[in-house]
Amino acid sequence: MLSTYTYPRYAHHRPAEIERPGEVPRHPVIVVGAGPVGLAAAIDLAMQGTRVLLLDDDDTVSVGSRGLCYAKRALEILDRLGCGDPVVDKGVTWNVGRTFYGNDEVFRFNLLPEADHHRPGMVNLQQYYLEEYLVKRASDLPNLELRWKNKVVGVTPAGNGARVEVEAAEGRYALDADWLIVADGARSPIRRQLGLDIEGKVFQDRFLIADVVMKADFPAERWFWFDPPFHPGQSVLLHREADNVWRIDFQLGWDADPEAEKHPERVIPRIRAMLGPEREFELEWVSVYTFQCRRMQNFRHGRVLFVGDAAHQVSPFGARGANSGLQDTDNLVWKLKLVMDGKAPEQLLDTYSDERVFAADENLLNSTRSTDFITPKSQVSRDFRNAVLTLAREHAFARSLVNSGRLSVPAHLTGSALNTPDTETFEGSMHPGAPLADAPVRHQGRDAWLLAHTGHDFTLVLFVASLADIDAGTREAIRSLADAAIPVRTLIVSQLDGDAPAGATLVVDHQGVAAKRLDARPGTAYLLRPDQHVAARWRRLDAAAVRAALARATCNA
Amino acid sequence: MEHLNTRPNFGRPGQTPLHAFTPGDDFYEMLIETHRGLSDEASRLVNARLVLLLANHVGDLRVLREALDAARAGVASGESAR
Repeated sequence: MLSTYTYPRYAHHRPAEIERPGEVPRHPVIVVGAGPVGLAAAIDLAMQGTRVLLLDDDDTVSVGSRGLCYAKRALEILDRLGCGDPVVDKGVTWNVGRTFYGNDEVFRFNLLPEADHHRPGMVNLQQYYLEEYLVKRASDLPNLELRWKNKVVGVTPAGNGARVEVEAAEGRYALDADWLIVADGARSPIRRQLGLDIEGKVFQDRFLIADVVMKADFPAERWFWFDPPFHPGQSVLLHREADNVWRIDFQLGWDADPEAEKHPERVIPRIRAMLGPEREFELEWVSVYTFQCRRMQNFRHGRVLFVGDAAHQVSPFGARGANSGLQDTDNLVWKLKLVMDGKAPEQLLDTYSDERVFAADENLLNSTRSTDFITPKSQVSRDFRNAVLTLAREHAFARSLVNSGRLSVPAHLTGSALNTPDTETFEGSMHPGAPLADAPVRHQGRDAWLLAHTGHDFTLVLFVASLADIDAGTREAIRSLADAAIPVRTLIVSQLDGDAPAGATLVVDHQGVAAKRLDARPGTAYLLRPDQHVAARWRRLDAAAVRAALARATCNA
Repeated sequence: MEHLNTRPNFGRPGQTPLHAFTPGDDFYEMLIETHRGLSDEASRLVNARLVLLLANHVGDLRVLREALDAARAGVASGESAR
């Protein structure tokens, strides 16, 4: 098969532990699995100043395009980790989705992103590129050690951490970890070895996925067919990737033979029927997959923390796999750091599980609904699906019922125990638990983005008309919050430019977009968590209220 | 159409969903769940009963006339759902 991509082979070294049997070095955090989620966890921890060891059983990136669609929230997290630009630059930004039924186009949608966000709604990029960029970022961080070809073969949890048995080409060795982050994928050998349940629904269907290289003038759009003439009775998806590579998904049905269907002599005629006899193309990668919609009961087991596919799996319709995994680590790492530093009790890590289980359930619900629509499992279900499709061309209500995957959007953690409920009235959707909406601002005379000035730490976003609004009491509040054990830095969002007071950063809301999205007036203050979710908000700043909300958001109340 | 509303209209009074697609998806799931475990014949009966219940609720014959016409439009006499 053709290759547009050269897989890197990362160097691996003889682990020093093999020379010293009997010694078991202790690490503050070990992350298992250098996929996108494990890499993001390790990078985030290292950026927070924690020494972290990342172990992977392979020495290269993901084979095949796999996780393809990265949604806005994932891109914002990658921005925080310093990897957003290469992903967006290399990726294919798309907005238009077209839906066909039989021979006819029934409707098209446009994800046309709301203006004034740094990142688009969705970018397509082969998973191997994302991993390559994350590996490069990881290698720039001095307190992050990445060991390739070091396979974890056993985990023994203990009260104060876990013993990890590792197998390298040169032999076996043991490590102790205070905390273990498990990002070893859907099959998760560690989850299995520990005998932990993961429950849900198996979908009895098979899908053929092919990366096809071709020069095509198709626009960068998502094309989805229900029951097309070239693949009757099933669904087909066409999606653009980087480098003139196209993703084609064929629904095959449960009775298909997964091995036989992978052979080029079976795959090529399917693609030729779709693209027509004239089109030249080459196969790059082919796989046949099934999927499950399921999650673990609890993502935390003492000092062993599960993230990404190891903790939850969804159907691929709706791009909720890698996207939700990145949100897992976004949620987990700041909490783990506070606990490791003795600044928050271990219960804070239970809220990682609570919040991400809530998000996983939302992802499971949406991806299950999409799957049920795409692959109806009874005659009546098929009748309704086809009725919707036949009405969709003419009637708007039916178009909104066509469900070939809902855009992956982050969960609003509205029920979280870490939120301080509103005591005043706000319009819009930036309620406690919401991920902060981005907005264009100016910083030191240059164009900037609101989100880029938040994250990593707790941030107090304080809206003012001008710096004249900041009196001595406010300055003192800003200083005392910055100097607290868990520091809160202040971001002043002003209508007019000026010099920020000590301990604060100032951005100018020159278009008023930030104030509009956050329903802010002069005096309005938002407390943001390190993962950019809203913890609390008020119409006027009261340092005692901020301290109380901070305590609540860190289980210190 | 003068009387029949074919704009997206699912929801709960007084509630604004975070995502516009959610109420429609909620309904669709309720609809499919209602048929779970039924034979095709039993499902046809349930669907016919459902049409009658909703038609009575709508009541307005002008709306029902338009709905019946819209449902029938483009469906050939021998057509079956694929």
